[in-house]
Amino acid sequence: MKKVYDKVLSVSGNVITVRAENIAYEELAEITTSRGKSLAQVIKLEDDLVSLQVFAGSRGISTQDEVRFLGHPMQVSFSDNMLGRVFNGSGLPRDNGPSIAENVIQIAGPSVNPAKRIIPKRMIRTNIPMIDVFNSLVASQKLPIFSISGEPYNALLARIALQAEVDMIILGGIGLKFDEYMFFKNTLEEGGALSRSIFFINTASEPVVEGLMVPDLALAVAEKFALKGKDVLVLLTDMTNFSDALKEIAITMEQVPSNRGYPGDLYSQLARRYEKAVDFEGAGSITILAATTMPGDDVTHPVPDNTGYITEGQFYLRNGRIEPFGSLSRLKQQVNADTRKDHRAIMDGMIQLYAQFLESEEKRAMGFQMSSWDKKLLQYGKLFESQMMDLKVNIPLEEALDRGWKILAECFSPEQTGLRSELVKEFWPQEASQ
Amino acid sequence: MKKNMGTIRAINGNLITVEFSDRVSQNEVGYAIKDGERLKSEIIRIQGNKAFMQVYEDTKGLYIGGQVEFSGDMLSVELGPGLLKQIYDGLQNPLPELAAQHGFFLPKGVVLEALDGKKKWTFTPLVKKGDKVRAGYFLGSVPESDFDHKIMVPFHFSGEMTVESVAEKGDYTIREVIATLKNEKGASIGVTMSFEWPVKIPISVYKEKILPREPLVTQVRIIDTFFPVARGGTYCIPGPFGAGKTVLQQITSRYADVDIVIIAACGERAGEIVETMREFPTLVDPKTGKPLIERTIIIANTSSMPVAAREASVYTATTLGEYYRQMGMNVLLLADSTSRWAQAMREVSGRLEEIPGDEAFPAYLESRIAEFYERSGLVEIYNDQTGSLTIGGTVSPAGGNFDEPVTQGTLKVVGAFHGLSRNRANARRFPSIDPLDSWSKYDSIVSSEMVEFGRSFLFKGNQVHQMMMVVGEEGTSQEDFIIYLKSEFLDHVYLQQNAFDKVDAATSPARQKYVFEKINEILKTDLQFDDKEGARDFFYDLRQKFIDWNYMPFDGKEFKEQEKQIDDKIKMVTKDEKSL
Repeated sequence: MKKVYDKVLSVSGNVITVRAENIAYEELAEITTSRGKSLAQVIKLEDDLVSLQVFAGSRGISTQDEVRFLGHPMQVSFSDNMLGRVFNGSGLPRDNGPSIAENVIQIAGPSVNPAKRIIPKRMIRTNIPMIDVFNSLVASQKLPIFSISGEPYNALLARIALQAEVDMIILGGIGLKFDEYMFFKNTLEEGGALSRSIFFINTASEPVVEGLMVPDLALAVAEKFALKGKDVLVLLTDMTNFSDALKEIAITMEQVPSNRGYPGDLYSQLARRYEKAVDFEGAGSITILAATTMPGDDVTHPVPDNTGYITEGQFYLRNGRIEPFGSLSRLKQQVNADTRKDHRAIMDGMIQLYAQFLESEEKRAMGFQMSSWDKKLLQYGKLFESQMMDLKVNIPLEEALDRGWKILAECFSPEQTGLRSELVKEFWPQEASQ
Repeated sequence: MKKNMGTIRAINGNLITVEFSDRVSQNEVGYAIKDGERLKSEIIRIQGNKAFMQVYEDTKGLYIGGQVEFSGDMLSVELGPGLLKQIYDGLQNPLPELAAQHGFFLPKGVVLEALDGKKKWTFTPLVKKGDKVRAGYFLGSVPESDFDHKIMVPFHFSGEMTVESVAEKGDYTIREVIATLKNEKGASIGVTMSFEWPVKIPISVYKEKILPREPLVTQVRIIDTFFPVARGGTYCIPGPFGAGKTVLQQITSRYADVDIVIIAACGERAGEIVETMREFPTLVDPKTGKPLIERTIIIANTSSMPVAAREASVYTATTLGEYYRQMGMNVLLLADSTSRWAQAMREVSGRLEEIPGDEAFPAYLESRIAEFYERSGLVEIYNDQTGSLTIGGTVSPAGGNFDEPVTQGTLKVVGAFHGLSRNRANARRFPSIDPLDSWSKYDSIVSSEMVEFGRSFLFKGNQVHQMMMVVGEEGTSQEDFIIYLKSEFLDHVYLQQNAFDKVDAATSPARQKYVFEKINEILKTDLQFDDKEGARDFFYDLRQKFIDWNYMPFDGKEFKEQEKQIDDKIKMVTKDEKSL
């Protein structure tokens, strides 16, 4: 049954209202304007008054445009033919390939039963010491990269995508700049990974409302592939744009804002997406890496703040390096006990010393006299930054741990490191002892 | 009987407006019907002939004109044997059972039996014909896990009743009548082993509430020694993300000295509760020698599950806790996180277009928080036994700033405050409870003088540290510098605890007293050093020895040997020794 209406009662922001009967909540409609067709979604029902958010934006919509209700919520196709293809925020092809209409699935499906989840135990190696040693990434983890605009977070995402051992990559771009989109495409192509990737891209030049659907589309497709046994890595960039789109709609709908204009359900909205990360018992998994830009480098801003409470840790990207402070992988404890027995000790010990280095560094900057302990810390800090933190460092975990011991031995005596004696006995480099 | 039906008139998120013609009541449960699915909903406001209902499921696909069936009952849980070991969602649906029937995903509009109606329990009567009983009196008991699960007179029965008959010892299901009671009006009522209770009404069929005094041992040193919790008391753990709230809650749920632990995972990550769900069946409770899951109930309403059910989950958990308290047991309820619960209220309040308070939270936020924590307590039941319900809630303040409505509303009503600090977490000092800001109104397991003395070093040490940041180490007197080193020593070897080490993760009260006394001695002792460098080296070495000591089992041979080394080391720099 197709219901067609041709009287748009109001246009406000990207939301229009029409009078219609028998409409279901979150049903889709198609609006035909002089500029072409656009999809819209029901976001509020009050008697026969229906509010719809228009994906292509409301620009140019006339009061007599045709609104046709489709009788179903947002859907997307799912097939192997999607590999290597690029789609827009409405799920339509944006490369010049044919449209795919087979195997239609609903997006934003129900949540996974916690009783069916398993404890994640598989480490994803990236060969980046700041991740592998200090904050190991684990299959089925959801992790954002917190950074400010201008930091190479997309480059980091692309590098992890290429180096991580996964079957498939799904990129969800929300308000992505065209150059960044091309950068992803070219990087994955050069790395030979394009044929196992699917892109859902909403670029910065397109309406933000269309970006709202991108995470759901990407995750719905990822879920189906994971159920078929694939390990899927989903990249979402940038989730701050997604949240801003939510804000825009909420304000248009005159909802009471909770914090800096964001709607009160921002947490639930973000959680519904991030919680799609899962390791299916007997099937595949979904790992989510997202970029979250922090306006004004402020981690207490509602978007990074709510995100941090949802995700299993976060990486802070600052000055082109993954910061050891604040960066955290909550799942690392699940995997780093089984790598090498000095893994945890090196991880904690080196960070504690690095924290002390920063204090000494501050004292030095203020012109205080440096004690011999301070001098040791300064030497240590420099080595740590250049040989561990630098993103150019590309070595496997074991090599990185050895390097950690070497740095420690170059700067300190064993008892100064606070490391347990039995580990020191086994791993302290002999030739470098002072 | 004709069903009381209503018609959907508006849909906005998880809030629907329903037009009704018959009688409805506030907090009554109704079911929105769509293609055979029955979506559970609750009335939260009534205006004219319209009822505003929050739907406990995703509202996608509901339509104007759809039907709603009112139940006449408030949102309730079923109480009876078989609650332990269960994993429920916020509405008491057993999740493993749902998974068995419906697979990976949570189905919509499915309601399952909360308790197994077919399982037989061995009932032993505790009353005989002619006994006078009231609500909450024990009629008999059945073994559940390691406990005698008391079968009680249902709490909604009023007045004195006479036992007309009671079942003989034997095996019964929870649906079978095990006793008949005659009330004051002369009517006979059959009683089964289970009954329902509305979650939003506190259970109060006890004799009286008494002041909590006895410490609840958590085996976390900084809590038991410095910021203790009492059985029947309340505490809160506010902290920014990444400060270790969840690890702390997990540790507490494992080692806390109580009979029963109820874990309410309210709007938090699913992964965390999964760890508990998967690990507790294999972890052994040191007290009983049985798997930890045997004493645990898990309520999992994680962040991606429907928001309205999240609001209910906290009440569901509390009601189960109160039920076991009525049997004279000590129960600990861990709610993680109360902020998500408050946010669920905010979402609904916003949709109701109520006038918002601070940060858009509803004006009644504080009173709701107070009501929740007030359901804790130590109570004396009819037979003079006591039972307790301790509530520990985490708070996830926006931006880690404690000046927000949920933290402030909570601090007003709790007995202990374990504030987590981002700075301590960043410096990997776990548990990251801030020793300067936190407080507790309950009694510690060690003497208050010793606690005060220890804390005074932390305060002074912090002052010296602040000063050193300005004037540098060379501008600090050696005396002050040693105070600073001592406070750092106390922090490293006692306040910090390795949650991932088998021995260090749990420190028994006896060990805490023993070790803390030793540390107090060290703090008191006047130590002699040639220079600051020497002092620092000494303390680093001492710290190392102490940390190794923490990893050794209490009172073993290794433990004694290490202690001797520590004692010797201290003697070397003690003033008195030198002057002799």
